[in-house]
Amino acid sequence: MKQKMKSRVFLLGTLFFVAVAIMLIYLTYHTYGNWEFALALRGKKILGFIIVGVAISFSTITFQTVTHSHFLTPNILGIDALYLLIQTILFYSFGQVMYQLYPYKLLVFAVNVLIMVIMSTSLISFLLKKGGHNLFLLLMIGMILGSFLTSLSTFFQVLMDPNEFDKLQGALFASFSKVEVDLLAVSGLLLILGVSYLFRMSAHLDVLHLGQDHGINLGINVPVFQKKLLIVVSVLVAISTALVGPVTFLGFIVSNVTYSFMKEYQHKYLFIGSSLISLILLVGGQFMVEHVFHWNTTISVMIEFVGGIYFIWKTYQKGSQ
Amino acid sequence: MYIQNVSKTYRQKEVVQEVNLKLSEHKLTAFIGPNGAGKSTLLSMMSRLLEKDCGDIYISGNEITTFKSKELAKKLAILKQSNQIDLVLTVRELVSFGRFPYSQGRLTEEDHRLIEEALHYLGLDNLADRQINELSGGQLQRVYIAMILAQDTDYILLDEPLNNLDMSYAAQLMKVLRRLVDEKGKTVVIVLHDINFASSYADEIVAMKAGQVVYHDITEQVIQKPVLDELYEMNIQVCELAGKRFCLYFNE
Repeated sequence: MKQKMKSRVFLLGTLFFVAVAIMLIYLTYHTYGNWEFALALRGKKILGFIIVGVAISFSTITFQTVTHSHFLTPNILGIDALYLLIQTILFYSFGQVMYQLYPYKLLVFAVNVLIMVIMSTSLISFLLKKGGHNLFLLLMIGMILGSFLTSLSTFFQVLMDPNEFDKLQGALFASFSKVEVDLLAVSGLLLILGVSYLFRMSAHLDVLHLGQDHGINLGINVPVFQKKLLIVVSVLVAISTALVGPVTFLGFIVSNVTYSFMKEYQHKYLFIGSSLISLILLVGGQFMVEHVFHWNTTISVMIEFVGGIYFIWKTYQKGSQ
Repeated sequence: MYIQNVSKTYRQKEVVQEVNLKLSEHKLTAFIGPNGAGKSTLLSMMSRLLEKDCGDIYISGNEITTFKSKELAKKLAILKQSNQIDLVLTVRELVSFGRFPYSQGRLTEEDHRLIEEALHYLGLDNLADRQINELSGGQLQRVYIAMILAQDTDYILLDEPLNNLDMSYAAQLMKVLRRLVDEKGKTVVIVLHDINFASSYADEIVAMKAGQVVYHDITEQVIQKPVLDELYEMNIQVCELAGKRFCLYFNE
């Protein structure tokens, strides 16, 4: 028991130092002597990375525990697709006016998050009630709804003026370079609320690992708890999506690297570990994008590329077991 | 433990029909009966894993739905046939989950003591630090029983715990349950398929058929040829060997 604790502390400590080191390198490398400017610019991005990394880590790990699958991510609830549709409709119907909305960015962001949370929450509540708490029915419908929303977005995009479409593309691609400072505060606050709830519930989540029957036996009201968790997960995903756009594979990579790296079942440590790992990956990735590829690629392309390969490898591994 | 007018319907088929039952405290009661008789369904409803359509179930004088989830978890434990879980977990850690209703994950000295006691009771001392995915089906079953034991409840419900166990483990497990009743005064309710285990170890037997309780009596009264023949609709020989009744049902 003590030995296990020691190795936990060692692992998390190492991750922490690597994360801090990478952040320091990222902040200070090649500043051309222009410290203040570089720090302000990069510091802002780092804050964005922290919020997105933590939100994605907590939400994915929670979601995977609820669904008992290491292959699913919260995207399956169709939250990303909803974001896509909201953005598309905004650009489609307002177009140029969008730029006049610029001063109200905070409001747009808040509305964005709110719509996503309300939609996914009502979807979850409705389906869990209707489907007799059948989680997989919910996931299936989420998936179908996701494709439906994506098709709807594509439909609007085809009708769109090419110029506006171009701008829309810019807005849709995950981008950490455009993180807005005033949005960071609001999303940071929401993040802290969601994350502290999940962290407090980490022992309950450990029990949920054992399955529904054991969960009930050990005194957890599983259907209610599941619903609460899914709502928090959708809030976290909404924050991250509204802040930087959809990052499909990030959650998958981070959670699976965490499971195989930490060999752990306690959510407390999984949460901390995966948050650090996602920070390392994000900041490291951004560093590569800026200084190795000289902005010839974007971090979302890298995430999708690496994540896709990792997913195929994981599936292959699972298949050959 | 009282069961009053409890029914459950699945897709217009009544799996459990208005069952009334009073289970004796501090006894080992076995549920027997052919497949589809509703034994497991009834057990699931008794342990709130499954919602009942109507009726009431009382333990220690209170209806089970009036209990808080956490409070009921300190009174009643259920173990269903479980599938392998894919987790990095040692035996001791899995057994520790049994203390969750009390400690919410923060184990106290008392918790540790009860965990060790449960491990010892099931003869798991030297397996305690093994990973659960290295265990055989029989060993894992014992670990789950240890977890239920660590939960320290007055009522223990088990749904076909002898599945996947060989004869020696099955007999061992039944002896452990017997000791729980005799030494610790627990009330154990168990669904069994092999009537010989019921005949040898149970105090009382509840025989179910087509969603209804057909017999509920002490073991000697139920393990009788006319009763069993009617229950299973086959020709069963009941013979006595070394003071215990055995049922022979292979020779039709």
